[in-house]
Amino acid sequence: MDETGAKPKRSGARLCCTCNQRRAALKRPKTLEQICRECFYDVFEEEIHQVIVTNQLFKPGERVALGASGGKDSTVLAYVLSKLNKKHNYGLDLFLLSVDEGITGYRDDSLETVKRNEIQYGLPLKIISYKDLYGWTMDEIVKVIGLKNNCTFCGVFRRQALDRGAAFLKVDKLVTGHNADDIAETVLLNILRGDIARLSRCTSITTGEDGPIPRCKPFKYTYEKEIVMYAYFKRLDYFSTECIYSPNAYRGFAREFIKDLERIRPRAILDIIKSGENFRISTTTKMPEQGTCERCGYISSQKWCKACVLLEGLNRGLPKLGIGKGRISVNDSEDRNGSDRGKSIASKQCGTLDF
Amino acid sequence: MMQLTLEFGGGLELLCESKKIHNVNVEPQNGSDKLIMKDLLAWVRTNLIKERPEMFMKGDTVRPGVLVLVNDCDWELSGQLNTSLEDKDVVVFISTLHGG
Ligand SMILES: [Zn+2]
Ligand SMILES: [Zn+2]
Ligand SMILES: [Zn+2]
Repeated sequence: MDETGAKPKRSGARLCCTCNQRRAALKRPKTLEQICRECFYDVFEEEIHQVIVTNQLFKPGERVALGASGGKDSTVLAYVLSKLNKKHNYGLDLFLLSVDEGITGYRDDSLETVKRNEIQYGLPLKIISYKDLYGWTMDEIVKVIGLKNNCTFCGVFRRQALDRGAAFLKVDKLVTGHNADDIAETVLLNILRGDIARLSRCTSITTGEDGPIPRCKPFKYTYEKEIVMYAYFKRLDYFSTECIYSPNAYRGFAREFIKDLERIRPRAILDIIKSGENFRISTTTKMPEQGTCERCGYISSQKWCKACVLLEGLNRGLPKLGIGKGRISVNDSEDRNGSDRGKSIASKQCGTLDF
Repeated sequence: MMQLTLEFGGGLELLCESKKIHNVNVEPQNGSDKLIMKDLLAWVRTNLIKERPEMFMKGDTVRPGVLVLVNDCDWELSGQLNTSLEDKDVVVFISTLHGG
């Protein structure tokens, strides 16, 4: 029966194309099929299971942390992954891992959602905070640097915080809720920026296998529309307010463009991912040699990692250090590898979508 | 006069004074005897949306990325803007664009 007791629409009440019995509840963007709620749950979960199996994302017995923001993607991922883990006996030990950037009115509220998820899904939660890790909250950082480059800090710090949290939990892998729309958007942005290295990396379902903790994206082919529909029908508890420090204008345009394309031709999202995958451009660009940061021990191609450079700037009252055209003074003298030089990290808008 | 329940989610509630559920009475528009989604959207924009209407609408329809359900059914199955509404219908708007 209808969980919500909503009355069926009399006219145009169509039947599900899968079971032919129940009233269709949505049109799948991927296939344009009309499908009922129950059949939708099945196919949604089954497709993610297939992605996990085909790409061999996990091995039995692995410890896996889920990057949990309290938002729709990671909430649905936590729900579906713990369900599939039981149903198909993946044998995974799952954890929720959240980063507390220290953003009043945003992260504190979304963390409340994650704490409820911890109880609802029975997954242990670890929260790692910028304050503990770096001595600064985002609120404090923004007070010093203003709203212009805060996403540089946010992005660099978050990536490292997740890795550190994952190391603390001693997990083998980190999964994130990036969905098909996110990936299509990132493909587009990397093309617009001519960032060949990131373009070929951003469609990989698993990244960072050379780094401390591999990251993977089980929602790589999952449409945002379906994630939100799933959360809505299942009444999953998620948090939806934009980061107050994230204007993200450029990325916003790319997103809007993707959504406009989707309206005309829903397959466009998968097509863009496919194009991204098919860009096999042979470059002579050497990937920067990975060493470790002399200061904190995090992986870095330079003497100091980006987080340490940014922190040094903050602590010395020179917050612009490390932002802009690659003038990272502490690293200038002893650049381990020239290829990463001059590549401004400020060109990235926000860390949440950085692959 | 038609009694409708309108629900805003996924961050859209922020555009209407953080209130998620609105019980409203809407009259069929333009002298017609029925109300279709196109009319309702115009009505919502005028009467409920208090800020940043561009987050809700683009042209005469919802902004791409806003999902619409009429009685818990995707409006893409019922004719989108031409979906006709009846008394006591429940219309849900959810933004997919906020947060991950
Ligand atoms: Zn069915
Ligand atoms: Zn940010
Ligand atoms: Zn460091």
